[in-house]
Amino acid sequence: MCGTCGCGEDDHITYRIPGEVNLTHVHTHTHDGLTHSHEHAHHHHDHNHPEAHQHTHEHEHGHSHTHTVTLEQNILSKNELIAERNRGYFEGSQVLALNLVSSPGSGKTTLLERTIAELGKKIDCTVIEGDQQTMNDAERIQKAGAPVVQINTGNGCHLDALMVNKAMKQLELKRKSILFIENVGNLVCPSLFDLGESRRVVIISVTEGDDKPAKYPTMFETAQLCIINKTDLLPYVDFDLDKVKAAAARVNPRLEFISLSAKTGEGLQEWYNWLQKLHS
Amino acid sequence: MAIFVTKILVMHELSIAVNIVELVEEAARSQQAENVSKVVLEIGTLSGIEFDALTFAMTEAVKGSLLQKAEIVYDIIQAVGVCEECCHEFPTDDYFTVCPVCNSMHTSFIKGKELKIKSIDLVTND
Ligand SMILES: Nc1nc2c(ncn2[C@@H]2O[C@H](COP(=O)(O)OP(=O)(O)OP(=O)(O)O)[C@@H](O)[C@H]2O)c(=O)[nH]1
Ligand SMILES: [Mg+2]
Ligand SMILES: [Zn+2]
Ligand SMILES: [Zn+2]
Ligand SMILES: [Zn+2]
Ligand SMILES: [Zn+2]
Ligand SMILES: [Zn+2]
Ligand SMILES: [Zn+2]
Repeated sequence: MCGTCGCGEDDHITYRIPGEVNLTHVHTHTHDGLTHSHEHAHHHHDHNHPEAHQHTHEHEHGHSHTHTVTLEQNILSKNELIAERNRGYFEGSQVLALNLVSSPGSGKTTLLERTIAELGKKIDCTVIEGDQQTMNDAERIQKAGAPVVQINTGNGCHLDALMVNKAMKQLELKRKSILFIENVGNLVCPSLFDLGESRRVVIISVTEGDDKPAKYPTMFETAQLCIINKTDLLPYVDFDLDKVKAAAARVNPRLEFISLSAKTGEGLQEWYNWLQKLHS
Repeated sequence: MAIFVTKILVMHELSIAVNIVELVEEAARSQQAENVSKVVLEIGTLSGIEFDALTFAMTEAVKGSLLQKAEIVYDIIQAVGVCEECCHEFPTDDYFTVCPVCNSMHTSFIKGKELKIKSIDLVTND
C-alpha cells in the first residue's frame, strides 16, 4: 500500500536514482467497474507530498456525458507485446536473432552473403529480408545458400514485430541457428520498433561521412554492436574512424565496434567471433 | 534526395499515428463510447518523433475513425537529464550531455523519451 496517499496500491512505479525530483506515480482505482487512474506528486527522498486526487467526472448516469479516462499507454505497446512473444520464441529455441539496421547501401546484404558462405558451414543461418520493394536481396541470400523470406513493406520504412512474427512462421527455424533480420535501409524509424531481437547491429560504411552518430543518435543508442563496413575504401574517403567511434560512444558507452570490409574480408573473423560467442 | 527523406519521416510518424488511433479506438469501444472528444498525448523531445510530421500524420490517421472530431492535445515533454554522480538535473536537447555542474559523463534521462497516450475523453450515452 502506498503509505502516503493510502490508495492501497503497491504497484506504483517510480523511475529514478536517489535525489531530488518530484516524480509522478499513478494509482489505479475502480469506480462502478470503470478503471480510472490518477496521479500525485511523489518525492523520492521523503513522503510529505501533497495529495492530488482529481477525478474529472461526475457520477450522474443515464444521459450522454464525457468521461476522461487515463490510459498512460505506450503508443508502441502493441508492437512491444508481439516483440516479447518473438523474443520468447527465440530464447526457447535458442535462436540468435539479430536486427541489422543501416542507411541504404551500407553493405548489409553483402555482409550476409559472405557470412552465410563462410560461417554458414558451421552454424545454420536463416534470413528475413526487409525492403520497400523488390526480391533482389532475398534472391542474393538464396544464392548464397540460406533459407530466406523477403518482406516488402511498400511505403513502410521499417519492419515491425508483427511482420517478423509472420515471416518467421514461413521459415523452419532450426534450434541453435542464427536468424539475421535485414531491416529496411533507414536510420530513423527502425530504432523505435523492437522486433524481439537478441541483439541490434547498426552498420555504417566509410563512404557515408563520419557524422552519422551525431545525426541519428537513437540508432546508435539502441544498438549493441556497430559495424563499420567498407574499410577497403578508407584510403579514398574522408572518414575519421576514431571520430565516429567517439561520437557513437557518447550516446552509448556500451556500444561495441567492429571495422571490416565485406568485400575483401578484412576484419570478418572478428565478426564471426562475435557471433559465435553469442551463439554458444 | 530531399523529397525521399521527407517521405520517410512522414511515413514513420504515420505508423505511429495509426497506432495511436487503434489504441484509442480499442479503449473507446471497450467502454461503449460513441466517440472520442479529446486525446492527450505525451511526446518526449528525445522520443525520436518529428513533431510536425506527427501532427500532419494524425490529421490523416483520424479520418473515418472515432477520433475524427477529437481535439488532439500534444504535451511535449522537455527532456531532463540527471547526473548519476551529483544528482543535478538539467534540461537538455541532446542524447548526450556532460553534467553542467560536476562535468561527469555519467548522465541519464528522467524525462524526454515519452511516447504515450495519457488520457482520452469518451462520449457515452448511458
Ligand atoms: N568497396 C566495398 N563495397 C562494398 C562493401 N560492402 C558492400 N559493398 C558494395 O556496396 C553496395 C551496396 O551493398 P549491399 O550489400 O547491397 O548494401 P545493403 O545495405 O544491403 O543495401 P540496401 O539493402 O539497399 O539497403 C554494393 O555495390 C556492394 O558491392 C565493402 O566492404 N567494400
Ligand atoms: Mg540489402
Ligand atoms: Zn506514494
Ligand atoms: Zn491515491
Ligand atoms: Zn538525486
Ligand atoms: Zn461516470
Ligand atoms: Zn518507419
Ligand atoms: Zn554532476
